[in-house]
Amino acid sequence: MIINGVTIDATFAEAFPMKATRAIITAHNEKWAMIAAQAMTGFATSVIMCGCEAGIDRVLDPSETPDGRPGVAVMIFAMGGKGLAKQLETRAGQCVLTSPTSALFAGIESATKIPLGKNLRYFGDGFQIAKVIGGKRYWRIPVMDGEFLAEATTGQVEAIGGGNFLVLGQSQAQVLAACEAAIEAMNKVPNVIMPFPGGVVRSGSKVGSKYAALNASTNDAFCPTLKGATKTELSPDIESVMEIVIDGLTKADIDKAMKAGIQAVCDLGAANGIKRISAGNYGGKLGPFHFHLQEIMA
Amino acid sequence: MSALTLTLKTQPKQRVDMSPLVPTNLAGKSMAEIAAIALQCGKPLIPVGELFDISGDDAQNIVINNSFAKLDFIGKELENGTMTVNGDVGAYLGMGMKSGNIVVHGNVGLYAACEMKKGYLEINGNAGDFLGGALPGNKIGMKGGTILVKGNAGDRVGDHMRRGLILIEGNVGDYCAARMTAGTIAVMGNLGRYLGYAMRRGTVLLWNQPQLLASFNDCGAHTLGFLPLLFNSFKQINSKFADTSFAFNRVQRYAGDMSEMGRGEVLVKILNKF
Repeated sequence: MIINGVTIDATFAEAFPMKATRAIITAHNEKWAMIAAQAMTGFATSVIMCGCEAGIDRVLDPSETPDGRPGVAVMIFAMGGKGLAKQLETRAGQCVLTSPTSALFAGIESATKIPLGKNLRYFGDGFQIAKVIGGKRYWRIPVMDGEFLAEATTGQVEAIGGGNFLVLGQSQAQVLAACEAAIEAMNKVPNVIMPFPGGVVRSGSKVGSKYAALNASTNDAFCPTLKGATKTELSPDIESVMEIVIDGLTKADIDKAMKAGIQAVCDLGAANGIKRISAGNYGGKLGPFHFHLQEIMA
Repeated sequence: MSALTLTLKTQPKQRVDMSPLVPTNLAGKSMAEIAAIALQCGKPLIPVGELFDISGDDAQNIVINNSFAKLDFIGKELENGTMTVNGDVGAYLGMGMKSGNIVVHGNVGLYAACEMKKGYLEINGNAGDFLGGALPGNKIGMKGGTILVKGNAGDRVGDHMRRGLILIEGNVGDYCAARMTAGTIAVMGNLGRYLGYAMRRGTVLLWNQPQLLASFNDCGAHTLGFLPLLFNSFKQINSKFADTSFAFNRVQRYAGDMSEMGRGEVLVKILNKF
């Protein structure tokens, strides 16, 4: 398949089941809601070393937030419910509770609940106040700028992590520009996050390493400087490869995001140095979710 | 199906225990069976059929017409269903109710919604003393649900209240929120003396400055983030509380009762400054 001069490989991205949650951070203005959201979702690029993958789902209008203030919805993905709960709590405690004027609310409904402000309340040292409003429990924790308001729990849902595609092009600058365009388009799709810095990862990995202590190492088959030194996947005209990783609530959400991203890359096309779109997989044996690029773009 | 309607024929001299006339007890019963249910009326037992004209067949939706102030225990331990009362009501309305709705178009007596657990109770007239309170000797009053009073309420509103919401559009008497353990009481009108006497936790939300006990301390003026959520939750209620022009988020906060735990609060509306 070729779109606007860009070859879409007949391959697929392989993804895994994860647990996910969403929280809504509000603040005095969008600037401070975003600061808290960025802090909360920082150092959360890959479950391999960060314990979770997190990102900003979208900016919320005051009319969409529970307390009528500007807000940001964040999503956190982890391999298990226990790990997710721990990550949510530590991040909420260190990054949102501490952030001026912030408040924290559940961002997703589910029968499975995980603590949001439920345990943070103990920071109140006995001065905390519970309020059940409209059937939901909130905690009012006295802090130095007033009160930190946090909903007791948020929902935990089944989700998918590891959807991805690779952008292969003639130069680093052109691939970066294409990835930026893709991320801009994908940010408009709800229920997905692209957890890497700016949504783009340049250090795609393969499973295993020559060093026994490491379980992942550089994806040498896609490293352009190793074209002559390893069993490469790259043609001579490829000088740079970048990857976009997508976590989403459902397969349909990730399909939608991948389509939007790949389309944005293809819109730039061969004229802007983009040669191929590929994807990372493990031969289809490890992850139950397969995202076939050509099917998505059909 | 039409609402099961009980219309009082004559007003008995003695008080009537209406507690058997709740949806769970009447479901599946024929009109004759309902008419044969015996109600305690003073010392004697009187069949429902002697006191009321009965019509309709939907036991989940009960209407009591011509009610007066000696009909006690209406909606006692109500579980699901709706009860509408046209006229005044005696004591213990909605006592221990577990869910469902009660709407009264009239005044109600003592201990309305005492030890209520869940559900919604609307009183379109005035309420007597101990609204949402605990029975004498008991230490836990209302445990959940919502009470709306469109008129005034008597003394000791929310006595020993544990959880839930009491909304009063009018005035309340003395000892409002006395011995309160938690929950929220909002009063748009004026209050009597001894507000929050021995209050442990909980919130009293006021539109007018009350006369406060010496054991309540001023914590200053604040803009509180939970208030917009609280007022938002009133939007479904058929009341002045649903009107956004009555909402506010800036309050003077008083903590007390310091002679008890001191974790309670009285929040009084002040004008927005910021």
